[in-house]
Amino acid sequence: MDDLTPLLARIQFAVTIGFHYIYPPLSIGLGIFLVIVEGLYLKTREPLWRQVARYWTKVFALTFAIGVATGLVMEFEFGTNWATYSRFVGDVFGSALAAEGIFAFFLESGFLALLLFGWDKVGPKMHYLATIMVCLGAHFSAVWIVVANSWMHTPAGHHIVQGPNGMRAEITDFWALVFNPSSMDRLSHVLVGAWLAGAFLVLSISAWYLLKRKHEVFARASLKVGLIFAVVAALLQLVTGHASANGVAKNQPAKFAAMEGHYSAKAAADLTVAGWVDEEQHTVKGLVIPGGTSFLLHQDFTTPVTGLDAISTDERPPVQITFQAYHAMIGIGMSLIGLSLLALFLWWRGRLESSRWMLWVLVFAVFGPQLANQLGWMAAEIGRQPWIVQGLMRTRDAVSPNVDSGQIMFSLLLFTTVYLGLFAAFIYLLNDKIQHGPDPEDAHGPLMKLPHKITEALGGHRADGEG
Amino acid sequence: MDLNSIWFVLVAVLLAGYAILDGFDLGVGILHLFIRGDTERRLAMNAIGPVWDGNEVWLVTGGGALFAAFPEVYASAFSGFYTALMLLLVTLIFRAVAIEFRSKRPSPRWRQGWDIAFAAGSLGAALLMGVAFGNIAAGVPMDASHNITGGLLGLLNPYALLVGVTTVVLFAMHGAIYLVLKTEGDLQARVHSWVRPLIVWFVILYALTTMATLLWQPHLAERMRAQPAWFLVPVATMLAVANVPREIFHGREFRAFLSSSAAIGLLVALIGVGLYPNLLLASNAPANSLTIVNAASSSKTLGIMLIIAIIGVPLVLAYTAGIYWVFRGKVKLEKTSY
Repeated sequence: MDDLTPLLARIQFAVTIGFHYIYPPLSIGLGIFLVIVEGLYLKTREPLWRQVARYWTKVFALTFAIGVATGLVMEFEFGTNWATYSRFVGDVFGSALAAEGIFAFFLESGFLALLLFGWDKVGPKMHYLATIMVCLGAHFSAVWIVVANSWMHTPAGHHIVQGPNGMRAEITDFWALVFNPSSMDRLSHVLVGAWLAGAFLVLSISAWYLLKRKHEVFARASLKVGLIFAVVAALLQLVTGHASANGVAKNQPAKFAAMEGHYSAKAAADLTVAGWVDEEQHTVKGLVIPGGTSFLLHQDFTTPVTGLDAISTDERPPVQITFQAYHAMIGIGMSLIGLSLLALFLWWRGRLESSRWMLWVLVFAVFGPQLANQLGWMAAEIGRQPWIVQGLMRTRDAVSPNVDSGQIMFSLLLFTTVYLGLFAAFIYLLNDKIQHGPDPEDAHGPLMKLPHKITEALGGHRADGEG
Repeated sequence: MDLNSIWFVLVAVLLAGYAILDGFDLGVGILHLFIRGDTERRLAMNAIGPVWDGNEVWLVTGGGALFAAFPEVYASAFSGFYTALMLLLVTLIFRAVAIEFRSKRPSPRWRQGWDIAFAAGSLGAALLMGVAFGNIAAGVPMDASHNITGGLLGLLNPYALLVGVTTVVLFAMHGAIYLVLKTEGDLQARVHSWVRPLIVWFVILYALTTMATLLWQPHLAERMRAQPAWFLVPVATMLAVANVPREIFHGREFRAFLSSSAAIGLLVALIGVGLYPNLLLASNAPANSLTIVNAASSSKTLGIMLIIAIIGVPLVLAYTAGIYWVFRGKVKLEKTSY
């Protein structure tokens, strides 16, 4: 360990988790979408829905593979970069990670095989069960990892005792750990953010097909479901976001003050729509609604909110970056609500397809949820600094004592290179998939599929007749 | 048996499960470039297509279980093996995405590139895991705070490298048997012709590793000296290994596969018996070793984790068995295949 180790360990971890976090939200969001469209296929037996389900399954497979590959890295990086942290929290934090493996990943990967390769191997209902299980597995995995992460923000259900090699956190109440004060607020916020990522990917690709006048029947069907899903998720995100912010204000006042750029120890807090924090003068310049934050928290413009001045200087997070990440996330979130409602209105009036500008906006809106998800995590994690576990352990004390900055630099360069290559390959293949379009055969019943299927079907039929 | 020992066994079971299951798909990867022809390579890849992902989850869950049950080992081993572990993770990333990406484009160059990534990733992963396993068996230098002190080069000692090469050949043999089981016709005949030389090579390397272990790692045999009943484990290992060529000779590939699976499981058990109650031996000062006592989480947590395992493991085994059942029989290329 040397002076640079804590910073490099953070950057290396941020790069690997940030890249990883592009993919699982897509799996979670597309998972819900697949459950809806395959459900529609089972209900209506309309081949179009089968085509929709099969096309998006292929996109799902692509995101899932990279999610798995990059997620494997995360399972080990607590130990590599944060050995002291791992020793301190393993008793508590490790349990949630192990539960994730056994309850989520096995479910997901097992049924994924049926989802991807089982279309003709099992019946439609069994296949639908597999789709639901994969979607459930993706959600379970979010549950356990967010529970583990939330414990770092609002530790509960533990006590600090002398372990075999020093002080450490040990579980006293497993359910208090699982339902720690922030876990449910944060889980709902993360999940709905993931739904938005999935919904807007569907909207983006469907809108592009409509613009290019290709696969229009398919694109209309996808767009319709994607749009309703996006509207529901965008509005829900307002609710979960509000609950999360209230929770942060209550449980992590330092983080909340940094997110809002609120310094004064005992004054009402303003609401900044967009602005710049003057960290010297302890003020925010920009579009400010006086007392707005106090109102959102307490339904009263004058109630005082704990400010950064009330917090000892060595326990304050970096203010500017926390503030900006948080406000950019909110700005994007609000835009997504407006955008999805407007698109829904146009669709309802039958004018969406003729509003080419709107379709173009939807094509590029796919970046919105992705950015908001990344920025939200930045605000959450940077806002917790200087703590790695709020109030219990500082980040700079958490690094591996026997790892030097050279090793971390090596892995940082290694993963940056590999991930850039992976990202390029992902975009290339996604583009290829988009250019290729949905498979026309998928819209037909099994009889039209492949020659040997016809023989099988005829053979089966004849056998029935003879019997 | 106390909770700490139960968790020692459970971690070993997860490791053995991983080695048996991912072992054959790593083995298929190691052999990949020796398979000629695009259709043949696709057949080989699709033979593991529906299951490789689930097989890898055993590693993820093993990592999580180690973190939860023995956080000191999780922290010491992964920070101490930092660079080696990062390289291992990259090899696993390459082979995972190669399987998914290869068939997405028809271009021969695209496919050749991912073929190399798949084979090199599989070979590198098997080798690095074997080297890591060799170091765990032999012990590593650790200070009093359980920090590993040797660097990357310290891990590349002759004994660990020997275990690494043995692991590569073992997985290649295991993968070849799996392919014989899953393929037919010319491809099967070709892979079939590799099984026997691979068995021979494995037996030679296994004998060498055993001799090296007895000469330079005598601590692994101490428990057997003290309690000779444990000698049944190496005997059973030998029988399982010897049974592989016998079953192949009689054309019973599935039983051959079960035998090589048993051999892998028993090899993990053999090291487990030798190490217990240590998890990570300090080769420089035995007092610095991490054991099931000083590396473990609290009894309360081990108890909670045991409940989680009792609920979770039967579910996992049920859907693992279900998937293997659905995808049983010879592999055929279909529209949804890789």
